[in-house]
Amino acid sequence: MKLILGIESSCDETGVALYHSERGLLAHVLHTQVAMHSEYGGVVPELASRDHIRHVLPLIRAVAQKAGCQLQDVDAIAYTQGPGLSGALLVGASIACALAYALDVPAIGIHHLEGHLLSPLLSDPAPEFPFVALLVSGGHTQLMRVDGVGQYTLLGETLDDAAGEAFDKSAKLLGLSYPGGPELAKLAARGQPWRFKLPRPMLHSGDLDFSFSGLKTAVLTLTRQHTLDEQGLDEQTRADIAHAVQEAIVEVLVDKSLLALKQTGLKQLVVAGGVGANQRLRTQLDQAAGRRGFRVFYPDLEFCTDNGAMIAFAAALRLQQQEARRDYRFNVKPRWDLQQINYTS
Amino acid sequence: MRVLALETSTEYCSVALWQDGNITSRCELAGQKHSEVLVEMLDELLCGEDVKLAQVDGIAFGMGPGSFTGVRIACGVAQGLALGANLPVVGVCTLQALAQASGRDRVIAALDARMAEVYHAAYERRGETWVTVCEPGLCLPQAAPQVAGSGWFGAGSGFAAHGAALGERYARQLTGSDAQAVPQASAIASLAVSRFAAGQGVDAALAMPLYLRDRVALKTSERDGR
Repeated sequence: MKLILGIESSCDETGVALYHSERGLLAHVLHTQVAMHSEYGGVVPELASRDHIRHVLPLIRAVAQKAGCQLQDVDAIAYTQGPGLSGALLVGASIACALAYALDVPAIGIHHLEGHLLSPLLSDPAPEFPFVALLVSGGHTQLMRVDGVGQYTLLGETLDDAAGEAFDKSAKLLGLSYPGGPELAKLAARGQPWRFKLPRPMLHSGDLDFSFSGLKTAVLTLTRQHTLDEQGLDEQTRADIAHAVQEAIVEVLVDKSLLALKQTGLKQLVVAGGVGANQRLRTQLDQAAGRRGFRVFYPDLEFCTDNGAMIAFAAALRLQQQEARRDYRFNVKPRWDLQQINYTS
Repeated sequence: MRVLALETSTEYCSVALWQDGNITSRCELAGQKHSEVLVEMLDELLCGEDVKLAQVDGIAFGMGPGSFTGVRIACGVAQGLALGANLPVVGVCTLQALAQASGRDRVIAALDARMAEVYHAAYERRGETWVTVCEPGLCLPQAAPQVAGSGWFGAGSGFAAHGAALGERYARQLTGSDAQAVPQASAIASLAVSRFAAGQGVDAALAMPLYLRDRVALKTSERDGR
């Protein structure tokens, strides 16, 4: 099992990659649907599926050409089996399994979050097991203890909205276009730190769970108040609110990550998922790491968001430990607890 | 010539192998489990006929209209098989598959499209070929496109969901109907053969579903405008 083709299609990015167990990542390509969904103010699942099926095959050919490989050289095909949008997942799964059948190689379904949390291992320097992983994206906010491939323990997670969702929803309230998270971060840079202070939900709850849904209500209240003001919701006020939103989310993420390190006694923190690209979060974590003597690892920026490389890579690690099967049934798992994929051994 | 066909646009899952005029096929009620049975059914069919995928000349699939997820499963599997085995693909309209399987010469095909609408088309057989009298479309059953003359036969789930409305629309033109008829891979295979023979098979990446219903969400600008 040396050359693995990985296909990711769980949400609004189509990613395909070729990973070689000895030569590393050979090539990866990505098609993003962000522009298409922005016209609708959010991801439309049916349109996401329709777009994936237009792009998977051209991307497979592109990645093979980029890597200088023939499809006949591929030893196994990996696809995102869940969690995610079921119709979108089915596109990648159906193509992957049929292609694997035609090439007479095994097909392997990969957990999307396993892909994310192992993705920092693609970088140099890479963390070593065990470590704490903070998974933060538009769909997930979790702290995991990672003892090895397939050995994951959930330490805490969001009880409602994901951190990325809180970014996006607040951005929408501030009139920023979808997906607003990165836009909000840009706006926040011009914000005045003293002006607003938003609640930090569950900051002192003592556990490692999160709650972000109250934040958007607080933002809604603020924007309404200022819309009614004489001066209206001016540019500076919007920037000040954006700043307060970012500070609130980042502080909670940083504090809970520190608590997770303290509780587990581990000295390495891995940050994965789209929100991991947020510069303020990185600065705050790096500063805390300096003070407290732990190391933080981030995937390369291109692997923070959804991508095929992490799926091919996770499959390569899995296939070192488990038997590859020529089983081409491809049920997908839109909801799938990461701890359920742990090895029994 | 050998053509391998698959069809998953309804709750049934079917596969068929056309070999120089002889058809072998399998069909089962899959509900929403097409993904778990489809490739295995194909493998059993090929093994049963002692045929390898590489010995097939083309892949045909039911391109829709039908369940969006269903037609994408057939399309995705057709794409994957064709890419891996370097074969051409032909997408066949499920409405025409209903006409083909009916054994009649003048067929109004209608599939239940939910939301009070039907997927609709009309076909007339001239010798060995079908002429499309009404192009596949999405419509209210009471506003289905008119056809000329009589001796028409109705086929498909549209006649189960909207039998009265379609019966009224085509009063005196319909000689009968089969509301239980479903598009099947055997019909898809026979319809695809002449297209492969005519060199109309396409590259795997060009195999696409036929949805007919394209308005699946409102844009922000459209929502605000209401």
